[in-house]
Amino acid sequence: MIKLIIDGVAVEVEKGTSILDAARSVNIKIPTLCHDDRLKPSGACRICGVEIEGSSELQASCTTPAREGMVVRTQSDRIRASRKQLLELIWEDHPNECLSCQKAGECELQDLCYDYGVEAEGFAPLKVRTPLEDSNPFYTFDKDKCILCGKCVRVCEELQGESAIHFVQRGHETAISHPFEKGMAYSTCVSCGNCVEVCPTAALMPKTEEKFRVWDIDKKVRTTCSYCGVGCQLDLVVKDNKVVRVDAARDGENEGMLCVKGKFGYSFLSHEDRLTTPLIREGDGFREASWDEALDLVADRMTGIYKAHGSEAFAAFASARCTNEDNYVLQKMVRGIFKTNNIDHCARL
Amino acid sequence: MDQKHSVLEMDYIRKQERIALKNCGLIDPERIEEYIRYDGYQALAKAILQLGPEGVIEEVEASGLRGRGGAGFPTGRKWRSGYLAKGNEKFIICNADEGDPGAFMDRSILEGDPHSVIEAMTIAAFAIGATKGFIYVRAEYPIAVKRLQIAIDQAHEMGFLGSDIFGSGFGFDIELRLGAGAFVCGEAKALIASIEGKRGMPTPKPPRTNDKGLWSKPTILNNVETFANIPPIIRNGAGWYAAIGSEKSKGTKVFALGGKINRTGLVEIPIGTPLREVIFDIGGGIPGGKKFKAVQTGGPSGGCIPTEHLDVKIDYESLQDIGSMMGSGGMIVMDEDNCMVDIARFFLEFSVEESCGKCTPCREGTKKMLGILEKITSGEGVMSDLDDLERLGQIIKDTSLCGLGKTAPNPVLSTLKYFRDEYEAHVKDKTCPAGVCKALLQYTITDKCIGCGICKTVCPVSCITGNKKEKHVIDPSACIRCGACQEACPVDAIIKR
Amino acid sequence: MTGGLAVKSFEELMALKERIGREEATDEIKIMVGMATCGISAGAKPVMKALMAFVEEQGLKQVKVKQTGCIGICRLEPMFEIFEPGGERTTYVDMTPEKAVEVLEAHLLHHHVIEKYTIGAYD
Repeated sequence: MIKLIIDGVAVEVEKGTSILDAARSVNIKIPTLCHDDRLKPSGACRICGVEIEGSSELQASCTTPAREGMVVRTQSDRIRASRKQLLELIWEDHPNECLSCQKAGECELQDLCYDYGVEAEGFAPLKVRTPLEDSNPFYTFDKDKCILCGKCVRVCEELQGESAIHFVQRGHETAISHPFEKGMAYSTCVSCGNCVEVCPTAALMPKTEEKFRVWDIDKKVRTTCSYCGVGCQLDLVVKDNKVVRVDAARDGENEGMLCVKGKFGYSFLSHEDRLTTPLIREGDGFREASWDEALDLVADRMTGIYKAHGSEAFAAFASARCTNEDNYVLQKMVRGIFKTNNIDHCARL
Repeated sequence: MDQKHSVLEMDYIRKQERIALKNCGLIDPERIEEYIRYDGYQALAKAILQLGPEGVIEEVEASGLRGRGGAGFPTGRKWRSGYLAKGNEKFIICNADEGDPGAFMDRSILEGDPHSVIEAMTIAAFAIGATKGFIYVRAEYPIAVKRLQIAIDQAHEMGFLGSDIFGSGFGFDIELRLGAGAFVCGEAKALIASIEGKRGMPTPKPPRTNDKGLWSKPTILNNVETFANIPPIIRNGAGWYAAIGSEKSKGTKVFALGGKINRTGLVEIPIGTPLREVIFDIGGGIPGGKKFKAVQTGGPSGGCIPTEHLDVKIDYESLQDIGSMMGSGGMIVMDEDNCMVDIARFFLEFSVEESCGKCTPCREGTKKMLGILEKITSGEGVMSDLDDLERLGQIIKDTSLCGLGKTAPNPVLSTLKYFRDEYEAHVKDKTCPAGVCKALLQYTITDKCIGCGICKTVCPVSCITGNKKEKHVIDPSACIRCGACQEACPVDAIIKR
Repeated sequence: MTGGLAVKSFEELMALKERIGREEATDEIKIMVGMATCGISAGAKPVMKALMAFVEEQGLKQVKVKQTGCIGICRLEPMFEIFEPGGERTTYVDMTPEKAVEVLEAHLLHHHVIEKYTIGAYD
């Protein structure tokens, strides 16, 4: 274990812990724009700079490991001035569009600019706005709002394993793009949306049917994704009793990762064709029924068939979209009640 | 025989101490036999057959050799950490991605004496236990690339590369990797990323390359000139080398002398030689009887050194103390006709274009500084701009990720320190004292004018008026300051202010 | 010459060095042409060709024209140096193919140094 002092507080951490994590372990918050616990530290934004006694330059706390006896300061006039300056530099290149931006209120850049007193005035709006890249059916990319934190690139490479996007050009012209720059839809992107999830600004935004901002949200409902049996946790973002966006839950087993279906495949929830009650066939049509009525009917018919024709009249086919528990219960029913081994599962195909 | 016929008799060469450049211009670089004839590969033999890895490292440590790429890290200490690093595979890399504007000493060594680098890399590999080496050379050096490959092939044929070198069981191979023209790939970590096939972007330290370098294996990376010093050190002994140079910095350094100086070219001098000696005794001073104004060392990472510091002894620490740096060895001399604001702008523009774009201060900050400089050179500057430059420069130095960003403000900060009056002239008086910044120049016709009308004819924007045989007048609001009239005037009646 | 045989000891290396030295004829005159990037871009290739053609034409068997790197005086390229058996070394600078032929005629055939083309006249 390593002992160091951060803002006068004695901290003990394991060898290899960064100063940033050491500070967080004692509730000292250091702002960052490019850091994500799940990703290798990059040291790109430089916002997290801290003073270390004996070192003349500010050190990025996300990439500097804690060392025995270190004395670290995370707040000082010099640190504040440098953070404010860096934010001003980023802001200067950013469209001054917070009034109409859907990210407003949950934008990390906006929040930090507020914290450090960066003024919007004095900066001319960008003269030529780069057109929105909207070739992908699920998300848009606004190059001008990108602050090049690189989180999207790293999530794509390190966690999703896709490497569909990367930096192109250099210096001030550096941008996020993809091979041959023909449009995101023509890249190897699998539209998982994990880049959208980590974007600190509105550079990567999900395509939503509704306009809404963070303060319009009524509630977030934690649920389990129903598309497959993995059990990804997600938060359904609800406005006016309608799901308007899906956020990946960082504290679920999926650790904030989703696939294209979990992240973007939610419009069926409020689709007019969606079945919301059981239907019972009557003649050529269906009539709505209650769950009790429907389940009673099914139980009656199954018991009848079992009595009339025996076990071999039954077969069940389970789905990978159901959870392990659902599948277990189904085979239990088939084997234990219907007394047959006629049970199979789509994942076996 | 009164006249001197041989290059050896000239002050320019006589006053140099050539170690790294020893064979350049003397041997045929494409024939290994000539290298051997001039004691080539004896150092490798000595290293392997006599000294052993520890012995080699001790020798390099004792020589006091420091990295010639610019940072001046002690080479022996670097090698020892490579030797001590644990790993089943280790690498040696030669950084031949010379990129400073005006610096070409590495190219000269690669083109004139490629075997010296190959011998040195093999010695380094033997010392730390590496089996594979890469030379990262920029593709803009096609002759160097060609000669290196020839040299590698020849060394293989003679058994200086390959398996079982000098019958010792030690094996080593070298491959070339071509850089695609990014300045930042001279930075160790970006260079390694580039060899790995990734985008050349620096990654944070730690881990250091000595522990986790190429493909996360222990890697020792040295610059061409550093390597070129190794064979002579091993051959002649550390004591011989340590006797040359200054107390803290041993040996010699090659400089590329350029700009407003009579004898431009490459000079290799003992470290600790006074700057004045290099510029006036070796370089022959300033042409045309003009006055020396400053010398820029260290390229885009360095700074401008004014007359008052001409007697500084050239070494890593002294140059850093006065706001410049040794760098890879560019030395650009400026006279009274050079505008220091314009020079700062030139070097900063280079850094802006060559920034990899990863970290905020370097990507956005240098661009912002350049904007301010452009504002000043076009006559739009205000006094607070100078403070902004200083503040921004300091923050960029303080917060950048790699050496490129940390040093990019140096050309601006050093000129602001030593030539603040020139900045103020641009801002307050809206004049460029050296007559360089076009927007601030004014061409006027003096009473010497004979009214010939030639200026009127050559003016591309027709802003000169006047009758025949009468004094002509330039309309400053229409003038584009191209200087065509001044060149054409037969009686030198047009002056630039 | 080297026969592609690997050198295995210090003695073998020194023997090889000596053999290479002996292979140079005692009356050999070496002309080293600066053929680094600076030399080539200043026009060293045609100069070298002219030198080789002259030596060939005149049948000067003891004269060897070779390329070398940059001695550091790039501003005076193209340049070449004549090394004579007595140890004399003459540096001709700012060459053209025509000047080069003129130099060889004077220097090799008439043992006369054209002073105005030597480095001493330029420095």
